[in-house]
Amino acid sequence: MDLAFTPEEDSFRAEARAWLTEHVPGVPLPSLETAEGFAAHRAWEAELAADGWSVVSWPAAYGGRGVDLMRWLVFEEEYYAAGAPGRVSQNGINLLAPTLFAHGTEEQRTRVLPSMATGEVIWAQAWSEPEAGSDLAALRSKAVRTSGGWLLTGQKTWSSRAAFADRAFGLFRSDPDTPKPHQGLTYLMFDLRAPGVTVRPIARLDGKPAFAELFLDDVFVPDEDVIGEPGHGWRVAMSTAGNERGLTLRSPGRFLAAADRLHRLWRERGGPPDARDRVADALIGARAYQLFTYAAASRFLDGEPIGPESSLNKLFWSEYDIALHETALDLLGPEGELADTAWSEGYVFSLAGPIYAGTNEIQRDIVAERLLGLPKGRR
Amino acid sequence: MRFLLTTEQRDFAASLDAMLTAAGTPSVVRSWSAGDRAPGRALWSRLADAGLFALAVPETYEGVGPLPVELAAAFVELGRHTVPGPLVEMVAACALLAGLSDPGPAKRLLPGVVSGETMVTVGAPYALDGDAADLVLTVEGERLRLTSAAQEGPPRERPGARSSLDPARRLTLPSSGGELLSGTPAPEAFTYARLTTAAQALGVGLALLDRTVAYVGQRHQFGVPVGSFQAVKHQLAEAMVGLEFARPLVFGAAVTLDPVDVAAAKVAACEAAYAAARTALQLHGAIGYTAECDLSLWLTKARALRTAWGSPSECRAAVLGDGGLPRE
Repeated sequence: MDLAFTPEEDSFRAEARAWLTEHVPGVPLPSLETAEGFAAHRAWEAELAADGWSVVSWPAAYGGRGVDLMRWLVFEEEYYAAGAPGRVSQNGINLLAPTLFAHGTEEQRTRVLPSMATGEVIWAQAWSEPEAGSDLAALRSKAVRTSGGWLLTGQKTWSSRAAFADRAFGLFRSDPDTPKPHQGLTYLMFDLRAPGVTVRPIARLDGKPAFAELFLDDVFVPDEDVIGEPGHGWRVAMSTAGNERGLTLRSPGRFLAAADRLHRLWRERGGPPDARDRVADALIGARAYQLFTYAAASRFLDGEPIGPESSLNKLFWSEYDIALHETALDLLGPEGELADTAWSEGYVFSLAGPIYAGTNEIQRDIVAERLLGLPKGRR
Repeated sequence: MRFLLTTEQRDFAASLDAMLTAAGTPSVVRSWSAGDRAPGRALWSRLADAGLFALAVPETYEGVGPLPVELAAAFVELGRHTVPGPLVEMVAACALLAGLSDPGPAKRLLPGVVSGETMVTVGAPYALDGDAADLVLTVEGERLRLTSAAQEGPPRERPGARSSLDPARRLTLPSSGGELLSGTPAPEAFTYARLTTAAQALGVGLALLDRTVAYVGQRHQFGVPVGSFQAVKHQLAEAMVGLEFARPLVFGAAVTLDPVDVAAAKVAACEAAYAAARTALQLHGAIGYTAECDLSLWLTKARALRTAWGSPSECRAAVLGDGGLPRE
């Protein structure tokens, strides 16, 4: 048992740090949930990609550096420590790309991944529907067979980034007559600007259009944009759900950097005693999350799959993120309510954490039933 | 990096687990609490034979240590089986004796500690089970004083012995006299005490979770196991999150021995264990509130360990860099 990095990992860290020091914008970019900010973040993705830093863990053929999980963690630590911008491409990079690596064809990977790596195409997710939230398998949007492809009809909602994104991926019911609701679903990619698609942006709490409703009316999708077998979309989608909750969506680097900033804020404000325990807990929690992730990465590199433990992860980081930002806003005193502080965007963003990627209630059910072995019951 | 226990380390923990399961620790604890130390001393001897105390002692003094990761793994098991006695204090005493500038006392005493013949506790200022140990090592500022059982009076009549909320723990204050050792208390001793307390607390919390999961799976109300209710499940899921994120802090602290990491591990493990205790009590209902139910052996220990070897506030201060480890 050790916590040592290899000399190669150390030099990779130094290389990443040097590049970030030189390139990270001195002034924070506008919120990526605005048209102006979205464009600025897209340009930042291109800048990262130009020097091979946008998707370090992907094979070089698709725009990455082929580094392993440990080096990806190192990169993320450096990325957030440098105060680099949020990743507007994260839905594609963290959810769709792993699905393509696991279930896509080589043709799909070659066609989709390079433009994702450069930010030229930004992806939104299309899972939830008005009547299918936590009970995702209740979804009703359908894919009907047509010559050379499928016609999509229905309504998707809470589609993050869809207000400004280019394409989307999600699940559609391709067979309405199956014994169980999670059967007969197909995983498809589609163009948000295709005929028949209407995107209605939804303003989140602070008014920014962070997500959208999608209305689909006979939207044509060619066969080449089906991932995996038609009818087997549930299994394909669940492999990305694990990613969303687990190792790769929220890297420890993000929280280590935020906890460090909080600690500095607390000191700048004279170390008020009423926030002392919460600041200490933010530091402790960031370290715990880092070490938990190192252990999970070690198991993964040993060949163990990431299973329902990812629900523990999601519960931890989502509650942690809110507590950290609440502490920061409290420390700001009368400025805590202002929408233009270094903490306001992160605070609003954190509030969604316990809701998306499977609500925390669903995660607690998974922990209780699949990790602790408690009996199933009515929810 | 491979931040996982090695096969040998896992096997060692599993062998302790098997031995302690077979030993039936709850009855040993109850005897210990009632003042009958014989079963506890016998168990202590078996732990020594299994190599537990050697982990805390350098080779010069017939040990194999100090091996902090192995100690942490062992203390998780000791906590899981709620083994009684001044276990953390033994580890601290080993570091204190081995850290003295004069090797005399270590040479004289540590081989007996390794073999299990000598039970030594540490007073800083309270000594855990000072009425059961053979020797008490008292930290007095920059000085260390050694007193033996003979000087402390017969069991249960020693001056200043106080009962703990955990009936298996009795705290004593030092008596005068004894031998003043030459040299100062090594700060590592406090690091080791905090680390092993954190590991022990983690084990206590894991046992509380396990026992409660088993209970709510069996206990029926309204015609179904109470463990099928979300209100029950979600409390247990939260307890698990706390414990599973304390675990890497404990082992990370064992790897680095950085006092900040150790303090973080102490806060997280003790809070997670205490939260697990509150959940365990609530979900057992009235039976859990009785001394008769074995659950009480873990419930009360979770409370005691929270403030032993550094209160939550002291440990958070260390995390924030507001102060080092307490010296007494």
